[in-house]
Amino acid sequence: MTGTTQDDYTDRYARRVRGMTTSEIRALFAVASRPEVVSLAGGQPYIAALPLDAVGEMMNKVGADLGTTSLQYGIGQGTIELREHICQVMELSGITGASPDDVVVTVGGQQALDLVARLFLDPGDVVLAEGPTYVGALGVFQAAQAQVRHVAMDADGLIPAALEEAIVATGGRAKFLYTIPTYQNPAGVTLTEERREQVLDICERHGLLVVEDDPYGMLSFEGETPRPLRARRREGVFYLSTFSKTFAPGLRVGWILAPHAVREKLVMASEANILCPSAFAQSAVTQYLATMPWREQLKTYREIYRDRRDAMLDALRDLMPAGTTWTRPNGGLFVWATIPDGLDSKAMMPRAIAARVAYVPGTGFYADGTGTSNMRLNFSFPPPDRIREGIRRLAGVMEQELALRAVFGPTTPQRRRGPAAADTPGPDLA
Amino acid sequence: MINSMGTSTEPHILVLAGGLSYERDVSLRSGRRVLDALRATGLSAELRDADVALLPTLQEDPPDAVVIALHGATGEDGSLRGVLDLCGIPYVGSPAAAARLAWDKPSAKSRLREEGILTPDWVALPHDRFSELGAVAVLARIEERLGLPLMVKPAQGGSGLGASVVRESTALSAAMVSCFAYDSTALVEKYVTGTSVAVSVLDLGEGPFTLPAVEIVPRNGVYDYAARYTAGLTTWHTPARLPAAIASAVAGRALGAYRALGLKDLARVDLIVDAEGEPHVLGVNVSPGMTETSLLPLAVQAGGLEFGKVLGELVRLAVERGAW
Repeated sequence: MTGTTQDDYTDRYARRVRGMTTSEIRALFAVASRPEVVSLAGGQPYIAALPLDAVGEMMNKVGADLGTTSLQYGIGQGTIELREHICQVMELSGITGASPDDVVVTVGGQQALDLVARLFLDPGDVVLAEGPTYVGALGVFQAAQAQVRHVAMDADGLIPAALEEAIVATGGRAKFLYTIPTYQNPAGVTLTEERREQVLDICERHGLLVVEDDPYGMLSFEGETPRPLRARRREGVFYLSTFSKTFAPGLRVGWILAPHAVREKLVMASEANILCPSAFAQSAVTQYLATMPWREQLKTYREIYRDRRDAMLDALRDLMPAGTTWTRPNGGLFVWATIPDGLDSKAMMPRAIAARVAYVPGTGFYADGTGTSNMRLNFSFPPPDRIREGIRRLAGVMEQELALRAVFGPTTPQRRRGPAAADTPGPDLA
Repeated sequence: MINSMGTSTEPHILVLAGGLSYERDVSLRSGRRVLDALRATGLSAELRDADVALLPTLQEDPPDAVVIALHGATGEDGSLRGVLDLCGIPYVGSPAAAARLAWDKPSAKSRLREEGILTPDWVALPHDRFSELGAVAVLARIEERLGLPLMVKPAQGGSGLGASVVRESTALSAAMVSCFAYDSTALVEKYVTGTSVAVSVLDLGEGPFTLPAVEIVPRNGVYDYAARYTAGLTTWHTPARLPAAIASAVAGRALGAYRALGLKDLARVDLIVDAEGEPHVLGVNVSPGMTETSLLPLAVQAGGLEFGKVLGELVRLAVERGAW
């Protein structure tokens, strides 16, 4: 007599698939999509601020006038028109003189990450990354069967001494540093000017490649945005970015600017991966950049997000229980909060969902399951009054949890068994 | 169901899924599966969330019957059933009062015990009782009275959420805290070691009967949320690998629980068979999971029935019966 597991392929999966399970935290995010819940858990840009009528007309042109190319296969590297525009966009950030020849268009920033992993990571290799870091990157590195070692940050971003220490500790096994130096996801902090040079020097000295992920650099609220790492070094730095935060994530268009020698391999890897990026989406982005006031649109986004960030910071200051601290981002989409001792952001999730508020527990941003004393709060999507209401609910949840913990005493947080993604929502959550 | 010409048409069925409970995700999966099964048998069904648009829809376009694939409080505590009763809309499953009784595990266990149906010894305590009386003293008393290992779970809830087995005294506090994240009252039970089985009970108009018991063997030893809903993490044996006499005792006890709680149409009874072959009832579910890894659909198949046809028959009976 045999039983069933409802999955006859269980014993055939590749090693990288192990640990991919449903999780109760992920299931809780299903509730967060209901309108009753104030979701501070997403990472979506506020697309409603786009001039949708005009974008619609533009899309019509992409289909009706440009359909013979926009609906056709394209080249693996991406269209030359878009790559030229991308170079102009990067100039705005301070990366000058980049050649369109060294740009590879990707399916969002996520595929750019995947390509870098395919090119450089063998199973067992080490990747250094900020702690906390982007969950999607953790997923890519896990799929490549690499190990992630986190490097500590403070309010000024990655700590150079900690980086040096980590490089030495890994005994040369680290293949690259993955970093989001500007308006980091999830921490919201920015690597200072001074540290940028230090980090690059350290990596250069140790022969460590740098993978710079820069999705948020153009979403600054105040002050000067430091130039990207790639603007300071042409070699040894891979620069990844996307139109997901500046235009539309639904189009899935990103890119990678690579050292010239590597570009050809990137294109071949991408062709093996996806054949070619969507010609339609590339055409849409090209039209958007060529015919629409995208710089003004960026300004609009910055203003909206600044207001929302202010609403969040004000609410946190007014409402959070004592012992809570948080970062003060000058750009981007996220605030990173550290909750009072004894609280466990992951264990507290069901209570938050019952109170109709959602956040992402900090554990979703560490490969090793740490992060129980942190939470990521998104301010780009909910309007200011909802942000305040969400923080009010969250504060209430924390007060209740503090009272409960006071009764039962300290407990050891449970370690996650599966990947970091088990503790984060899918990309569709607002 | 009868049109203006007096001729019969197919019933219009509304499948409710989603809701605001912790089990929303599971419910959406159940709902989709139920919808597909009903449609595969040629019935006309649509899927809806239980939200502010529901009541206006029920009024404007009342369905002939509702299938509740909502899990958690909305689907199981009787409240939504009460609303459907108010609207005079028939639904598949137990009436509101029975659902309410079954949903609250301590109440259900009390009733089972009154009826002489074996269920593990327990105590149910709200969190504020611990702050009033002192957690250390209360926990020590619980442990002394029930002994280790213990099962701690929310008094109301499902899918193994907030539940944990406590094998050492030091782990009891943490288990209570995890549990109270899901519910304000905890049920602490004596943990019975043995074979986990689930028995589905159906009533297709001729009285309740049991389907073959499903034996649950989680790969990691714990039947938690991941083990329940990730295909491949649990092996289900249907029928359960039990000697005939014990299997029969299990079925009898499941049927006894179904009757004792006044359940109707369909339910799932969870039991554990101890080393002596004695079945203990752990709980019942009036809105059992209907996902691809859920136990009732497995049992239906093992019983030689078709899931869609069973649902269709239950709908037909609900329409005939009218609102409870």
